[in-house]
Amino acid sequence: MYGLCDCNNFFASCERVFRPELNGRPVIVLSNNDGCVIARSNEAKALGIRMGHPFFQIRELVERCGVAVFSSNFALYGDMSRRVIRTLRAMVPAAEVYSIDEAFLDLRGIALEELTPLGRTISRTVQRNTGIPVSIGIAPTKTLAKIASKLCKRYPRLEGCCLMYRKEDIEKVLRKFPIGDVWGIGRKHRRMLQEAGVATAWDFTGCSGAWVRGRMGVTGLRTWSELRGEACIDFENAPQGRQQITVSRSFAHELTDSHSLHASVSTFASLCAEKLRRQRSLCGELTVFIYTNRHREDLPQYFESETLRPPVATDDTLELVSLAVQALKRIYREGYGYKKAGVSLSELTPKHGAQSDLFDPVDRERRARLMAALDAANRQFGRDRVVVASRELDPPQMNRQHLSRGYTTDWDEILTVRA
Amino acid sequence: MQDSDSTLRFIDPEASSGEDFAGPGGDLSSGFPSPAEHFTDAPLDLNRRFIRNPAATFFARVEGDALRDEGIRDGDLLLIDKSVEAFDGCLAVCFLDGEFRLKRLEIRAGQIRLHPSDTGQKGAGIYSEGQFSIWGVVIASIRKHL
Repeated sequence: MYGLCDCNNFFASCERVFRPELNGRPVIVLSNNDGCVIARSNEAKALGIRMGHPFFQIRELVERCGVAVFSSNFALYGDMSRRVIRTLRAMVPAAEVYSIDEAFLDLRGIALEELTPLGRTISRTVQRNTGIPVSIGIAPTKTLAKIASKLCKRYPRLEGCCLMYRKEDIEKVLRKFPIGDVWGIGRKHRRMLQEAGVATAWDFTGCSGAWVRGRMGVTGLRTWSELRGEACIDFENAPQGRQQITVSRSFAHELTDSHSLHASVSTFASLCAEKLRRQRSLCGELTVFIYTNRHREDLPQYFESETLRPPVATDDTLELVSLAVQALKRIYREGYGYKKAGVSLSELTPKHGAQSDLFDPVDRERRARLMAALDAANRQFGRDRVVVASRELDPPQMNRQHLSRGYTTDWDEILTVRA
Repeated sequence: MQDSDSTLRFIDPEASSGEDFAGPGGDLSSGFPSPAEHFTDAPLDLNRRFIRNPAATFFARVEGDALRDEGIRDGDLLLIDKSVEAFDGCLAVCFLDGEFRLKRLEIRAGQIRLHPSDTGQKGAGIYSEGQFSIWGVVIASIRKHL
């Protein structure tokens, strides 16, 4: 069996952990630059606030109903996400991070009657450790597990875990489940299917495999088989999150200025990104490290690394380079001669079925075409003929008027407790 | 640039805290092998010493001197473990009256009460269940002296 652990209203829940007075009150989190809504508590959903709702349109409602508003605090969400994953990994044989708020659980080999109690224990433990409520779906395939986790959210009496395995149960659920909400069915395919009269996941399972394959290719066929209970999307051979791609160099001479270090780190990030795309993976975490020459005991020594996470797992050179530059800025200290630097990417996940989400600030399809062009140009004209001019990539000052504190990432911003 | 390495490497995610991050591609070492090579016990690590459950451990700073008699002072750093079950006599971070408060818990026959922390006002500030929530149990407090 496969499990999916999905954090409920994740960003809003993270904010609430440190603001308990907001429990039971509407909470929303805004995208970068406070543009639109990317997370809502149940109370905010009940007010009719939609995902992607532009903030200026709901300002009046927010005032009137006392909605708590937050700018996105990805440092906080990233840390809380790591805590959730860490908790999961201690309880199941393997957990595959799928996005900042979702992870697949490998539950193969666990007896059927133990699954629901285990799911509930996991759910309770995550809540106890982190304060984040989660929903766990368990089913014979990953695609069905995702559906089960959605059911779990709808029915509180399931106590955080929905096991769905009997043929008749699955049928009952699929008959009501809109095809567009199925994992792996994109907008284009949804439209095509709806035009063909396929409205629910159940309708889809009734199509012939040949038809699905003809219209939607192997990926579509895989989703079709998964909905029919045949597991096709496996855990990628090795346990996920353990691989990493690293590019590092020792420099001929110690680098002392931030510009050359900056340029090198940008190059390393680009190379990593290229490798990542070659192996069709996405990464959820990037680390930059720099060190001085440890053989020169006469010189001051410094070694530091910094790890950052993109909002959504990515293979995009532009994003990774800008993240690397950001990380470097945090660790770079003047007055040292740097001998070696590197970039490594971790939390690698397979690209198929990748998450596309409203809170993603990047137009994935356009970027994918740009990256393909970049790789092709570099193959044709020689390595690094087309590179990212990273110095212009410094993110402009973001508008984050409602930013909460770095409760878990900044010593100056931790909780204060009155004695 | 001299050597260039780019490797696919398998690491245990739990084993890489910032401190023991060995550079990918191996350490640069030349000359004699270290005589201490085979005696590589991990150095003492405060995190390991104090933190039992990293996923559930949070930090907070104390504001106020009401618990001075208990050895906790303004500015002290608290280690809070949300996974620890509250027990009689434990020090806990509670949420009450809209703010986080540090309280000594008294648990009698399943009833939880918060001890008055203001030593000046005897009997004042006793709260019973329902008026507060327990956010986490304090497992250590740290004071910087320099």
